Amino acid sequence: MTSISSIVFYMLTFLSVYVQVFFLITFLENRKKIITRKGTIKLTKYPKVTIIVPCWDEEKTIYKTVRSILDLNYPKDKIKIFLIDDGSTDGTWNIISKFAKLARPNSRSGGYSNIKVFHKENGGKYTALNLGLKHVETDFLGCLDADSIADSESLVRIMSYFEKDSNIMAVAPSIIAFKSKNIIQNAQKAEYDMSVYIKKMLGFLGAIHVTPGPLTIFRKKVFDDLGPYRHAHNTEDMEIAYRMQKNHYKIEQCNDAYVYTNTPLTVKKLYKQRLRWIYGFINNTIDYRKILFKRNYGNFSLFTLPSSIISIFAVSFLFGKMIYSLGDFLFSKIIQFQAIGLHFPNKIDYLDPFFINTQTLFFIVVILYFLIMFSIILGRKMTEGKWGFSFDMIYFLLIFSIVGPFWLLKAVYNTILSRKPVWR
Amino acid sequence: MERNHQIDWKKYVIVFLFTVGLFLSASYVSNYFGNKKIDQLKLIQDKISIDILSSETQFSLLSELSCKNISDSIISGELGELGRKLEWGQENIGMTDTVSYLKKYYSLLEIKDYLLTKKISERCKTKSAFILYFYTTAENCSECEKQGLALSALRDKYPELRVYSFDYSIDLSAVKAMLQIYKIEDTKLPALVIDENVLTGFHSIDELETRVKESFKLQETKPEETK
Repeated sequence: MTSISSIVFYMLTFLSVYVQVFFLITFLENRKKIITRKGTIKLTKYPKVTIIVPCWDEEKTIYKTVRSILDLNYPKDKIKIFLIDDGSTDGTWNIISKFAKLARPNSRSGGYSNIKVFHKENGGKYTALNLGLKHVETDFLGCLDADSIADSESLVRIMSYFEKDSNIMAVAPSIIAFKSKNIIQNAQKAEYDMSVYIKKMLGFLGAIHVTPGPLTIFRKKVFDDLGPYRHAHNTEDMEIAYRMQKNHYKIEQCNDAYVYTNTPLTVKKLYKQRLRWIYGFINNTIDYRKILFKRNYGNFSLFTLPSSIISIFAVSFLFGKMIYSLGDFLFSKIIQFQAIGLHFPNKIDYLDPFFINTQTLFFIVVILYFLIMFSIILGRKMTEGKWGFSFDMIYFLLIFSIVGPFWLLKAVYNTILSRKPVWR
Repeated sequence: MERNHQIDWKKYVIVFLFTVGLFLSASYVSNYFGNKKIDQLKLIQDKISIDILSSETQFSLLSELSCKNISDSIISGELGELGRKLEWGQENIGMTDTVSYLKKYYSLLEIKDYLLTKKISERCKTKSAFILYFYTTAENCSECEKQGLALSALRDKYPELRVYSFDYSIDLSAVKAMLQIYKIEDTKLPALVIDENVLTGFHSIDELETRVKESFKLQETKPEETK
């Protein structure tokens, strides 16, 4: 039994290291192509872009989100903004209505004529996006989640990718955690930094599997050809990326287009968010299982999806192993208590370096952790332009290793029982 | 859009080889440290071996020496440390040929130490007590684990108590001879030998303490007595 467990552990660790090395080699191959622009840039042409902002009970953040679109360094007459209230029960509609009033032609402010507001019954984010899609008349469009704030240079930098390559069908930005207030948010900050690096590498591999809600810009052709958003287990931004990959539509990642997003403040909220994401990943992958391990679908099929599946298995297995070890430890403590009560040994010779674990797996796990840390450092370099260590990395490794398995296993459990997680 | 179709197989192979390289390097480093630890164990064993040889030589000279010259210092105090390290090594380095050999050698040293210390104790009337402890690693023996802990705690309390532990499943004729002498059966482990009495199954620390005190004339070291 122990040997089978060791073999499985070795295999999963090997595959996890393989994935990290794959990213590292991709980075080394493409490092000169990673450009982080500072300041404003100019395009030859400024195509018209529609930005859809679906809102559902977002009164706390919607104003700043809309303001950030209005402040984008992009010609105002080239941006159309659709604010879509998806049946909010709080003051969201009042706030977006104010923008609507200002959008009237006879408004004294004279501005915001590019804003359109919509109100509909609550039907889920994808229905709000599809309502917006019906009214889009521009060649480019994107969504901006109502809890996110776009950097003023983000759109123009994203559009520069479309300008240089007419084959690109969608460009995702770098999403950065907005103002961390506690350890939970600090941990997520490190994770978002790592995601920037991983997304960029997946971009080089032509294997991006999610076009996130915060300001991914698409060519309208994508929806004209492939149809509107789908419910997709509450992860419509993942499903559209799967659909695009299935149809060989190229997705890029613009590492220097920053969008700041509000991250969950508590473990409970983080759990719910991640449960939805992982559940979405598992179920979208099941829905698109036919494209798994097919060379015709490139690295997306042979690397992105398998590596994510491996991570689910690895985390589940490690969690099981951890529980077993914990049980074993508690059992040995019970035996110790039964044998000698609360006696403490006179000699604490475990301080002797002889007793330091020097098994192969120990070194492999250390290497794996180093590779993960390096991913975060590279992501941080891409977003903040700084090299170096941050305590956020430690928080990330600690919190995600402890809480991560729970949302992951719950997502697997829900998939088996066909239980759909709620949005919040 | 063509790029999505392209698969760089060479890269998949290079990454595979690189990962294998990392595993091999980790294995090399692990072996290096494992060998260092085995060297350390060998060093301790050599030292114990010299200590015992020295004690034996001194004992042979006892007729010419007074018991005052036989101090506690000549009795190797490192047997316990070696035992703990070997046990840890068996779990973490694995029962390799070298570890197995070291364990046999350790058992022999224990027997020699036992015989010698017993002789010295009888001759010089030094305060000491002996427990032979038989356990098994061949199967999951939680009673053995408990017994081992109880004996360690007892040894911490009475420095004069010498506990010699033997793995029942070890392939060593000297240990097998002891098993025969005391008629130890593998179904009745853990087993203890205290003053020629064989006790099987788990025995609590209190029970052993009473036996140690009574049967071996070992008195609890109280502060007023030591003064």
